[in-house]
Amino acid sequence: MTGGLTRFNIVSLVLGFSFLYLPIVLLVAFSFNESRLVTVWGGFSTRWYGELFRNQQMIDAAWVTVRVGLVSATVATVLGTLAAVALVRFQRFRARMLFTGMVYAPLVMPEVITGLSLLLLFVSLDMDRGFWTITIAHVTLTMCFVTVVVQSRLLTFDRSLEEAALDLGATPLRAFLSVTLPLIAPAVAAGWMLAFTLSLDDLVIASFTSGPGATTLPMRIYSQARLGVSPEINAACTILIGVVAIAIVMASLATKRGLLVGRST
Amino acid sequence: MTRPGVETGGRGSGDDASRRGRWLVVGPPFLWLGLFFLLPFLIVARMSLSERATARPPYRPAFAWEDGPAGWWDKLGQLSLDNFVSLLDEPLYLDALFTSLRIAATATLILILIGYPIAYAMARAPGRLRPILVTLAILPFWTSFLIRVYAWIGILKPEGLLNAALAAIGVIDEPLQILDTEIAVQIGLVYSYLPFMVLPIYASLEKLDGTLLEAAQDLGCPPWKAFWLVTVPLSMPGVLAGAFLVFIPALGEFVVPDLLGGSETLMIGRTLWSEFFSNRDWPLASAVAIVLLVVILGPMLLWRAVPQRDAEAGR
Repeated sequence: MTGGLTRFNIVSLVLGFSFLYLPIVLLVAFSFNESRLVTVWGGFSTRWYGELFRNQQMIDAAWVTVRVGLVSATVATVLGTLAAVALVRFQRFRARMLFTGMVYAPLVMPEVITGLSLLLLFVSLDMDRGFWTITIAHVTLTMCFVTVVVQSRLLTFDRSLEEAALDLGATPLRAFLSVTLPLIAPAVAAGWMLAFTLSLDDLVIASFTSGPGATTLPMRIYSQARLGVSPEINAACTILIGVVAIAIVMASLATKRGLLVGRST
Repeated sequence: MTRPGVETGGRGSGDDASRRGRWLVVGPPFLWLGLFFLLPFLIVARMSLSERATARPPYRPAFAWEDGPAGWWDKLGQLSLDNFVSLLDEPLYLDALFTSLRIAATATLILILIGYPIAYAMARAPGRLRPILVTLAILPFWTSFLIRVYAWIGILKPEGLLNAALAAIGVIDEPLQILDTEIAVQIGLVYSYLPFMVLPIYASLEKLDGTLLEAAQDLGCPPWKAFWLVTVPLSMPGVLAGAFLVFIPALGEFVVPDLLGGSETLMIGRTLWSEFFSNRDWPLASAVAIVLLVVILGPMLLWRAVPQRDAEAGR
């Protein structure tokens, strides 16, 4: 559908995107504010970043968050990719209904329910709550997003290449590893990035499943945000946004290169 | 949409080796989700029928593992529905549920009204501009939900940026109390879920065959009527998908009402949270979770039905 933009269209685009971006821009801008007050611009300063880096609790929380993100995103990518292959390639198998239900339900399940149910599972399994329970919870939450990303790539992918490999005597595993996987690699990488950022962001599920000694950055930010806005939190948020922005740029570069590779084969 | 090649269930699906290979693919995610997604719900159901106790963990289990099936059968007779009864007795919980339904429904409606024109403009934009617009719509989804909600505190609070701006242009004399009201919750929900509404609508508008509109125009149909009779019905799947993607999570939303809604806006997700963390009443929190689950189950099954119908129509 095309047809050029009317004035009404342009106005809706401008208003819509300013609504989406203005709050984030303001948040970043005020993290560089010398003054503690949100409405008063006291001049440019990186003072709050300095205070942030001297805040040991924040540093510890950031470290926990990054480790949980790296481990959970990696496991979620493996499981999510397998699930995507299963959904696209195996049209009929026993319990497929149950399987698709379990894959899609976490996408819309309210986080409080997922968090509570996982916590009760960990309690009845008598697991010590901390790093590993948060990681398991995040794998469960994020693998479904990986599945959706990889699945869309698998659906548009030229199956005949894989069939050629199989006809030439490759085992299914070999055909998958040397033909399919390289072709869907950009989507797998994008899925990993998405899983990583989702894990980095999660407050609710982490709060339910964490234990003493494992506080994530969103949990710290939340407990301070309840007390009101502070420039230090703005600075922490700005750093998080920066990390995610770098991850997205890397993911889109990977996708572009992947597309070029895909075209040349 | 689906190419015929994808549908054949793989070669030689009968023999054992390929069946084993399949289970190596399906097995790990299946077992993981079974153990960490499905099983926990059964435990929540069990917990919702348990009694609260002052112990660690703070409940007396309705079914203990060591009882064995025979023991469980005995206990079936003495299950306590007390938690659900107290949910009905306390007007607080029903209020929270209805408030959540109302707020989520209103937010969904506002999102359709705001999201549709944006998606429509995106779909009409020149081809080379579209990927940029789509990226711009997706990007906020990648930045933290918590941060995006937190950003609104600084804007909405009485001495915040919005009040300062309104006072500066002379619209108000006294700062408006927006933070800690239901309006703030609505703003927060609409803001956080906007991409989820825009993208599905855009996807269905983009696929729309332009010749249909030309045909309508050639037959003398005025543009607004063509929009109403052709564009809107054909984009309905997108609107519906967006509505489900927004309504279900908004119903159980915790972060937005907690940070922006103050103590007055009780939503069910927040009730669950405070029963669990503040009152340490795990069985009651589980009962709230079961109620919420039952409420969202209807829309969720509907949501599953829509893409399937869509895919079948595509074939």
